[in-house]
Amino acid sequence: MSVIIILLFASISVAALFLAAFIWSVKSGQYDDQMSPPMRMLLDDTTAKSSHT
Amino acid sequence: MQLEKFYYDNKTVKMFAYATMLWGIVGMLVGLLAAVQIYLPSANFGLPITTFGRIRPLHTNAVIFAFVGNGIFMGVYYSLQRLCKARMFNDSLSKIHFWGWQSIIVAAAVTLLAGYTTGKEYAELEWPVDIAITLIWVVFGINMFGTILKRRESHLYVAIWFFIATWVTVAMLHIVNSFEIPFSFLKSYSWYAGVQDALVQWWYGHNAVAFFLTTPYLGIMYYFLPKAANRPVYSYRLSIIHFWALIFIYIWAGPHHLLYTALPDWAQSLGVVFSIMLIAPSWGGMLNGLFTLRGAWDKVREDPILKFMVVAITCYGMATLEGPLLSLKSVNAISHFTDWTIAHVHVGALGWNGFLTFGILYWLIPKMFNTPLYSKRLATNHFWIGTIGIILYALPMYWAGFEQAMMWKQFTEDGTLKFQFLETVTHIIPLYVVRSIGGLLYLIGALVMIYNLIKTIKAGSFVANELVEAAPLPAKAETHGKQYWHRWIEARPIQMLVLSLVAVAIGGILELIPTFLIKSNIPTIASVKPYTPLELQGRDIYIREGCYTCHSQMVRPFRDEVARYGEYSKAGEFVYDHPFQWGSKRTGPDLARIGGKYPNSWHYNHMLEPQSMSPGSIMPSYPWLLDDPIDTAITPAKIRAMQTLGVPYPVGYDKIANKDLMQQAQKIAKSLATEKIETDSDKEIIALIAYLQRVGTDIKMMPQTASVNK
Repeated sequence: MSVIIILLFASISVAALFLAAFIWSVKSGQYDDQMSPPMRMLLDDTTAKSSHT
Repeated sequence: MQLEKFYYDNKTVKMFAYATMLWGIVGMLVGLLAAVQIYLPSANFGLPITTFGRIRPLHTNAVIFAFVGNGIFMGVYYSLQRLCKARMFNDSLSKIHFWGWQSIIVAAAVTLLAGYTTGKEYAELEWPVDIAITLIWVVFGINMFGTILKRRESHLYVAIWFFIATWVTVAMLHIVNSFEIPFSFLKSYSWYAGVQDALVQWWYGHNAVAFFLTTPYLGIMYYFLPKAANRPVYSYRLSIIHFWALIFIYIWAGPHHLLYTALPDWAQSLGVVFSIMLIAPSWGGMLNGLFTLRGAWDKVREDPILKFMVVAITCYGMATLEGPLLSLKSVNAISHFTDWTIAHVHVGALGWNGFLTFGILYWLIPKMFNTPLYSKRLATNHFWIGTIGIILYALPMYWAGFEQAMMWKQFTEDGTLKFQFLETVTHIIPLYVVRSIGGLLYLIGALVMIYNLIKTIKAGSFVANELVEAAPLPAKAETHGKQYWHRWIEARPIQMLVLSLVAVAIGGILELIPTFLIKSNIPTIASVKPYTPLELQGRDIYIREGCYTCHSQMVRPFRDEVARYGEYSKAGEFVYDHPFQWGSKRTGPDLARIGGKYPNSWHYNHMLEPQSMSPGSIMPSYPWLLDDPIDTAITPAKIRAMQTLGVPYPVGYDKIANKDLMQQAQKIAKSLATEKIETDSDKEIIALIAYLQRVGTDIKMMPQTASVNK
């Protein structure tokens, strides 16, 4: 059953990376603003002059 | 600040959208054929390429990787550009990604129909295709992360987090599960054997559901649902919490596919615990989606797009509540190997993935073609036809699964099994018929959509490059001055994330595999011996014909299974099985103890005409096995590959393997001759009989005193 070790290792590495990414995302201020991101994505910046080719 | 002008690339999105529609129809058609074959064996047409064992992998691969796969790319390419306020990183990469993925799909269809399969469910594609998938996935990754890096919006919207997690995890799963040793241009053996192979496979299989069918679609939901409803997501905080919880917990749940098998108990329990915990983050996503429509339910009444999305999200919630319940051991004892599982996955596939894809297509195509949808009414009709289709599909399969499991487990008062296996199959055939009607309705609905969208496309004019104006991202870290390398890393945290994952995962795998290879060479049951060359050839025919799609090889330690099939399966019996063939569904009976159960002639006649041996059987016939010769030229390469994997054939055995093969084949041909069946000894049927007569018999040779490793 030693393959479990590989799978645990791979799973833990990914989980650890996701944890690191989470900590980074919080510290870098990704989640400081809970209000404007969900509103902002509703706005389009498209202007009228688009190419039709 | 100076506004920058740039263009969004809609052309790639459009191509992925077309591919989604095309492969969706193909996948559903193939699925419908498979559903009909289950109750109408003549629909197998007696040809190798149209027989269920090859059709079923084609269906699953087409739906997952072609239909949903292109759906993912369509959604990502559209939403990522807008969320990042940037065109996709590189147009050439977009092209390579699109055409590369379509070529992979075509290659997959051709090789699967030709019988080139690894024999591992949802990972059936052979090694050259596996490599191509890896390369194209890297192209997708570079294009996606490149876009994220040159974004004009510093905040990463929650959908992007889902896309990142998808990319990272799918890469890892695909690489680990695809370790295989090629012995010819299109064939290979799985690197792992038996229990190990099963564990890796279901660790992959479960997370393929999690990270290919779920997380990317959640990301897409977080973009397209608020857009379609034109209101912000219910709780941004909840979306963040459930994202991180979901990806952290999902990766552990794989062993719940192997409950009551030879997998160690602690691993099974670990899988169950994490599966139960998954309810919370899964429902976080469902509730967040449904609550987004708070106060907007009047819109749902009017708008078919929102209707599709609401049912999709509800199906997601139902499937993710059912999944954890199915992973409870006592529920799993009933549901596993039955059609219950088929119902479960189709609530997810038809409801969640299918309906969300339809909703997005109805929203996206009119938008990109700058015209309203051709017919709202047709779209609403599609919604109802599809919904009835899902219900007619799922309910009969739940019923069939539960009823068949109950029949399997029934004993008479004398303590004997009440039902023959075949009786439990013929009993549920009406339900199979209703299921195929449900599938047909769903397909008709999809065709209605295609008609509606073609009309829309013809009426509109396509906006290939959409002009946008946005402010550039303010340059960060200017204060760092001349610390050049430091700034580089600081500006690229995501690249760091990816690079470190690749480094850690690949390094770790390479380091650990030799370790476990040596350990796995120790046979745990002394009487379990490697397959003879003829049996090995027969086993490869068994895999080629997809026998595992209907027959399990895993007797669970239950009274009824031991009474029906024989001694329950032990881990040590599978140490030479590259790949494992435990299966996941018993449309036919388990074959773990088939060896020696019937005479050779029975198998011969049964493969030619199953109904002649078991009247009422739904098994297809395999007449070509009686005519086609065994490919003996490849025997030495197969033996050498097995030796590399640690199967203890004597040194130099590859050179004399064919001699042994001929001898054993002639013996079987002779025994068939005594039963009035004349056949040449070089036919494939001989190899298959040799294998079937071997399966599960080694353990019977065991002396009473030998210790058995559970």
